[in-house]
Amino acid sequence: MSKGIRDKVAILGMGCSRFGERWDMGAEELMVESFTEALGDAGIDRKQIQAAWLGSCMDEVNIGKSALPASIALRLNNIPVTRVENYCATGTEAFRGAVYAVASGACDIALAIGVEKLKDTGYGGLPGLEIGSLPPLWWPNLSAPGVFAQVASAYMSRYKVPRDVLKRALAEISAKSHANGAKNPKAHLRNPVSCDTIMASPMIAEPLGLFDCCGVSDGSAAAIVTTPEIAKSLGKHPDQMVTVKALQLALSNGSEGGYNDWDGSYIHTTRVAAQRAYAEAGISRPRDEISMFEVHDCFSITELVTMEDLALSSDGGAIKDVMDGFYNADGKIPCQIDGGLKCFGHPIGASGIRMVYEMYLQLLGRAGERQLKNPRYGLTHNLGGFPHQNVVGISIVGRYQ
Amino acid sequence: MIGITSYGAYVPRLRLNRAAAAQANAWANPGLLAQARGERSMANWDEDSLTMAVEAARDALAGRSTDGIGAIYFGSSTHPFADRQNAGLVAAALDLPESIGSCDLSGALKAGTAALIAALDRVAAGREGEALVVVGEHRRARPGSAQELQYGDAAAAFTIGSSAVIAEFLGSHSVSVDFVDHYRATGQEFDYIWEERWLRDEAFQKWVPAAVKAALEKLGVDPGAIDHFVLAEPVAKLSALVAKRCGIAETVIADSLLGVVGHAGAAHAPLMLASVLQKAQPGQTIVVVGFGQGCDVLAFRTTAALGELSMRSGMTGSLKRRKEEKNYPKFLSFNETVSLEKGLRGEANPQTALSAMYRNRRMLFGLVGGSCTKCGTAQFPPADICVNPSCHHQGPMQPYRFADEAAHIKTWSADWLTYTPDPPAHYGMVEFKRGGRFVADITDWDLGKVEVGQPVRMVFRVRGRDAQRGMVRYFWKAAPLSGVGEK
Repeated sequence: MSKGIRDKVAILGMGCSRFGERWDMGAEELMVESFTEALGDAGIDRKQIQAAWLGSCMDEVNIGKSALPASIALRLNNIPVTRVENYCATGTEAFRGAVYAVASGACDIALAIGVEKLKDTGYGGLPGLEIGSLPPLWWPNLSAPGVFAQVASAYMSRYKVPRDVLKRALAEISAKSHANGAKNPKAHLRNPVSCDTIMASPMIAEPLGLFDCCGVSDGSAAAIVTTPEIAKSLGKHPDQMVTVKALQLALSNGSEGGYNDWDGSYIHTTRVAAQRAYAEAGISRPRDEISMFEVHDCFSITELVTMEDLALSSDGGAIKDVMDGFYNADGKIPCQIDGGLKCFGHPIGASGIRMVYEMYLQLLGRAGERQLKNPRYGLTHNLGGFPHQNVVGISIVGRYQ
Repeated sequence: MIGITSYGAYVPRLRLNRAAAAQANAWANPGLLAQARGERSMANWDEDSLTMAVEAARDALAGRSTDGIGAIYFGSSTHPFADRQNAGLVAAALDLPESIGSCDLSGALKAGTAALIAALDRVAAGREGEALVVVGEHRRARPGSAQELQYGDAAAAFTIGSSAVIAEFLGSHSVSVDFVDHYRATGQEFDYIWEERWLRDEAFQKWVPAAVKAALEKLGVDPGAIDHFVLAEPVAKLSALVAKRCGIAETVIADSLLGVVGHAGAAHAPLMLASVLQKAQPGQTIVVVGFGQGCDVLAFRTTAALGELSMRSGMTGSLKRRKEEKNYPKFLSFNETVSLEKGLRGEANPQTALSAMYRNRRMLFGLVGGSCTKCGTAQFPPADICVNPSCHHQGPMQPYRFADEAAHIKTWSADWLTYTPDPPAHYGMVEFKRGGRFVADITDWDLGKVEVGQPVRMVFRVRGRDAQRGMVRYFWKAAPLSGVGEK
């Protein structure tokens, strides 16, 4: 039986660029921005990094293939650099590569960096995906809001929720993230927005309107990881050390999309990955034990069902929790305290690491205006693909001692 | 005895209101208002002569085995491909065995009757037990033209055989006359048309009746004994001229369908025949005339087996399944006679991997997935390892065709963001009652009427068109069964 990753890897330093429509910068400059902050935070020289993982998703724009753009832009020391891609869960995948490398003992210090330069397409929303040779011959022209809106149709059907009730709860979710994002100087969208405005926004994919969709942003985030022992030797005090408590990935195997069981109202893999992560971290009552969450709120409906999939809200109970303000900044479990994908923004390859960045800041008491009181554990949830076939990455981080 | 053993018909659900179209263009041509009566059929953006032919064939083949079919003929003047066997693709969509002869007939509006004759001759020669004839037409006309109001889109299908014949083939007679009332050169978009008065006087008062007379004499058919006279007249009232000159009673002239469908080109005479067969009684004589640079005249006599034929949609069902369209610009856009703004997302245009298409042809065109030999789970797409999480058996699966399986919408959305010629794009998880599901395009929807649990029928449609490379990509979509106009 594997002992898991718990407390084997510490975060030595992190960085995150400002997210947004960075017309001024390409992916290379964005990487330098997050990397410089991470390197300074870690207090090491770039030559001490022994291996790196680059997460970037959209070949169609951004930096194309291979990890070379990162190795070149950051002037890494001819070390192994691996590019990973796993849809919108790419950031967590890069983080996992670096964490596993350190945990295995294969290297002492590793870098995870995620980047996405999305705003070079000429239109709003994500670029169209290259999906291989066969899928274009039979898949619909899926858009991200179109596929996640499917969950809303199934959720309303399963729980007999009227459309206006769901729309109202979804608006609360987005309004909460706007309120949080307004306090984050690095966030893409920093304007508080009312529920009325959200509900009146133009329809994108029934029943999701414009404000149910996250920001399409440029940005980069980076993490430098090592073992707790090396971190100590580099001068990190155990009290000021954040370690990885769990790091799990779950991928669909075709059953949701091909076998008549799943009802479409939840994300199966989130449930699988969450239970594995809780077990790995030794958490049995997540609603009581985890202080804060950064979940993959690519769309408001995704956040709603994720609350149930993470076993925070009961099945069918997320609407009530949302309406009660349970996940607001001043609620019992703040969710998307940095604004989330919704307002911090969603540069695909960076998002998973950006989520960890906020947890890291919060755990170290460095979150400024949005600092939560004495958080213990933070969970990040990164989801890529479609509700019926996807990649879910979950990490739990916490103070070392 | 050889003859027709089954028939089917298909008219697209949309019907363009002629007045709406005529009024849009009356500023330039007030004469169009004289034709602003009734409606014409209008193919959805994802329909063409081939997809309509598939639907008509499914109607003809419903509930019966396709085992004896050894040949397929596809008559049309608007085949989607000039050099790719259209008939073969229809056969693939019907999941017919590949040990089958296939042939496209084109080049004139009598291609439909020519296809019937070719199939009848082949079966008569004893070369096949049964042959399938499909005809389909997706006629395009220049915006603002009279033809735009007169033309229609439709398809029909017949099986030809020697047992359980519902309409015995009495024989045929053909003439070929280079009478160019209209033509369309290779590579041209639209027909070039000569005046109707000439068509009436020189063809329908002269050589057309002569050809019909000669045919009746040759076949020994008494004009007075004809029960149904089927002539696909290009414009109204020409059949009566021919009937009169041949001694055929005006009362037996079959409904031209021009008022409700429009003229469906090469498919029109066969469509009228299918319509007649749905109403005919056993023991009746039917004469069919296909017109187009000559004439094909065919005679049939219905048999007692006609009364025993299973229920089908036919023309009756097609006409009932109707949705009026008054949006003339939408008609233009669907026919690609105007090019509306597609947005930047509409630019995406991947190459079609022909080798991947070939490898997966039975999946893509036949909608054939697999059924696990261990647990029996039906699944799509086909795979080596069973999708059932409590099975995962590895081994060859039984081919399993989903096309005619009962299905319903499990999840859906109407997506305004993604590109489609008919926004919002509807798609969702389609679940089959006896097992299997996949995320499919939804077509023939009514805005605001799609819902979870709604029953759907799978239909073979255009998935996308690659104008740059001239490729049409086909796949199956889900069409809601409880749409407006079907109640």
